Amino acid sequence: MVEQRRFRVFRGTRQQGELKEYQVAAGEGMVVLDAVHAIQAEQAPDLAVRWNCKAGKCGSCSAEINGKPRLMCMTRISDYQAGETITVTPMKAFPVIKDLVTDVSWNYEVNKRIPAFQPRAPDAPDGTWRMYQYEVERPQEFRKCIECFLCQDVCHVLRAHGKHAEFMGPAFLVRAAVYEMHPLDEADRRSYLREAGGIGYCNITKCCTEVCPESITITDNAIIPLKERVVDANYDPIAALWRKLTG
Amino acid sequence: MAAADLRTHDYDVVVIGAGGAGLRAAIEAGAQKAKVALVCKSLLGKAHTVMAEGGAAAALGNVMGEDNWRVHFRDTMRGGKMHNNWRMAQIHAQEAPDRVTELEAWGALFDRTPDGRINQRPFGGHTYSRLAHVGDRTGLEMIRVLQDRAVHAGLDVHMECTIVRLFVVGGRVAGALGYFRETGRFVLFRAGAVVLATGGIGKAWQITSNSWEYTGDGHALAYAAGAELIDMEFVQFHPTGMVWPPGVRGILVTEGVRGEGGVLKNAKGERFMFRYMPEMFKGDFAETEAEADAWVKGDRKKNRRPPELLTRDVVAKAIVREIAEGRGTEHGGVLLDIASKQSPDYIKQKLPSMYHQFKELAHVDITKDAMEIGPTTHYVMGGVKVDAETQESTVSGLFAVGEVGGGMHGANRLGGNSLSDLLVFGRRAGLHAAAKRGAPPSIPDADVEATMREALQPFERDGENPFAVQSALQAVMQRHASIIRDKSGLETALTELEKLKGRARNVGITGSREYNPGWHTAIDLRSLLVVSEATARAALERTESRGAHTRSDYPDSDERQAREQIVIKKEGERMVVRREAQPPLPADLIKLIKEGA
Repeated sequence: MVEQRRFRVFRGTRQQGELKEYQVAAGEGMVVLDAVHAIQAEQAPDLAVRWNCKAGKCGSCSAEINGKPRLMCMTRISDYQAGETITVTPMKAFPVIKDLVTDVSWNYEVNKRIPAFQPRAPDAPDGTWRMYQYEVERPQEFRKCIECFLCQDVCHVLRAHGKHAEFMGPAFLVRAAVYEMHPLDEADRRSYLREAGGIGYCNITKCCTEVCPESITITDNAIIPLKERVVDANYDPIAALWRKLTG
Repeated sequence: MAAADLRTHDYDVVVIGAGGAGLRAAIEAGAQKAKVALVCKSLLGKAHTVMAEGGAAAALGNVMGEDNWRVHFRDTMRGGKMHNNWRMAQIHAQEAPDRVTELEAWGALFDRTPDGRINQRPFGGHTYSRLAHVGDRTGLEMIRVLQDRAVHAGLDVHMECTIVRLFVVGGRVAGALGYFRETGRFVLFRAGAVVLATGGIGKAWQITSNSWEYTGDGHALAYAAGAELIDMEFVQFHPTGMVWPPGVRGILVTEGVRGEGGVLKNAKGERFMFRYMPEMFKGDFAETEAEADAWVKGDRKKNRRPPELLTRDVVAKAIVREIAEGRGTEHGGVLLDIASKQSPDYIKQKLPSMYHQFKELAHVDITKDAMEIGPTTHYVMGGVKVDAETQESTVSGLFAVGEVGGGMHGANRLGGNSLSDLLVFGRRAGLHAAAKRGAPPSIPDADVEATMREALQPFERDGENPFAVQSALQAVMQRHASIIRDKSGLETALTELEKLKGRARNVGITGSREYNPGWHTAIDLRSLLVVSEATARAALERTESRGAHTRSDYPDSDERQAREQIVIKKEGERMVVRREAQPPLPADLIKLIKEGA
């Protein structure tokens, strides 16, 4: 069951580029990344693409497929109608390096600045802690993040307004949420989130949640609770004092 | 090719590879106040460790208090068919609990026991529930914790940088040369200590769970630098990879499915593993379905483990046999069924990424239907010969750790022993590499120039497409050096590899040096050819079947070869193979293995 499918793939650099057309013999179960590899192996060995696990676990093969931010390895060709051209372009919120590869180094810089995990003193004399499943499940949701940066790509604050210098983006709000909601953590990231992190830029359009390949409820479960913490700390000195007194 | 093309950095320790082992080594070397570079072939946090699903084996005894390092050591040696470096197996079993606990102090969120401690799941070959885990994405958790630890320690990370050569001057490591994928420009790292943590060689086969990175770079770099490789015949074929549809063939299905009660059935619906009990494990496993089911339901005192939890080599061979004898499925696999053993909610909680993977890629709901699975190339037990205490190779200042290191796992690795291996020996490698710091010998400019020139040669030729050569190599290894081997097949493999070497020397590249995967593949081919030849030669030399190495012309184990190691070394341009006896086990450990812990 092999059918010829038509692809258009962005070829070029930051300065210039164009959509090039390729025909690919698509077999059963093939995903878009397989098609890109087939083009690379047979027609264009210099076609640049990032990938690693090919199983939706590493978040390397992020791109835009017919304009939608997606992982190429988890997008089946058969999800598109026969005869429909499949267009693959690099993520728009980041500078293109070449073809489908973008410069995502900004994300790594953002991560460096998030105040590190800081655990409370161990609970037991042997240096271990006690945490319960219901406590760890909340931050565990955020730990599913595979750093594909698709949420960064779709976020209009970054994509349309280019506020990279002022806003950390949903991916790193999720990262901060891991530690903020970690049962053992004692660091305070609220001033960081409000100032350098620019959490106020998020106006809860939930586009990030929609594109997350790991189905993390980014806006409702990570960003909104973080906004509440930041706001509480900032505007309610009595509550802040109370929290300080009671821990 | 002037100096302008080359950036130079000076470090105390250069760690090549940023999976669990490389990260752990770099963190430790940094903690010793060494100036450390962490060099990764992909972006940080994308290494193969993210794919590790089941967990990290450590005798914490949180779930079954009977567990301790002695039982873990015994399981590891028996799983490795007594071929392991005993001292590494001992260190690993003794130190794994501390390394796992340490991850918790760094922010890891393992699943919990009802009393709030780290939960542990059962796994193939482990006597007790031993794997600390996070659902079925333990590796992702581990790498993220280590990644943030390294980042916050301020270590220098060089991403998307492939190392093409190590320099050894006067018998000592002096540095490494690589190129950045983005620019295609070269970089020279000068350092007196280099830690290889480059992972495995699985890209040498067609059906594999491994990514593009797994081309055996560290094995090949060490070999070229004059270090010895051991155990290269021992390649683990994981019993459960996806088989359908064709686009996903080889993608891993975690052993956790069986750990959580999943059973293997052939196309006739028979639960066949009861028929494949090896002599060594008789009495340790359930003999009836009723007993196995009771164990899965939690009654673990009175009942024994299901035979699906036998070691990977045994299960993979059983599957191959079922298929060969005509009891396979339509697409050449067997069935893995958890739907009939656990509730949909339990499956989704314990195996969320498997649920997702099958739903998205195969349109199969694993809470309702069985998965079609078959063996896939997964892990190489063989690697650089290292000192058990320090992880230093036979070349001074060159260390190897994790999958690229050899010895720890013997003839077959137990599931869960890789993540703990990375932590235990990653720390040791980092510690000892930092101790080795000091001004490195100076690297002759001519050697650097020659290496760069050679790497760029494919651009000057109108030669064959490197992807075509890579795929031909994978076909040769899949056909002749896979799960079941024999003399004539392995000899054919060597003849074919010789021809492929010629083709690899003639590949040509179009386009620029910037992010050019054709060029990257041309360079990776050089590593793939070394590890493929090493595997075939070692497999030909070992005239017995043991663990993951199965010879149809020598179907039995030969006790005289049990502790004999096949050692591979470069002499001139030749790959030389020799046998070497491993040091005997101390009497107390022999007693422990024979009589139980």
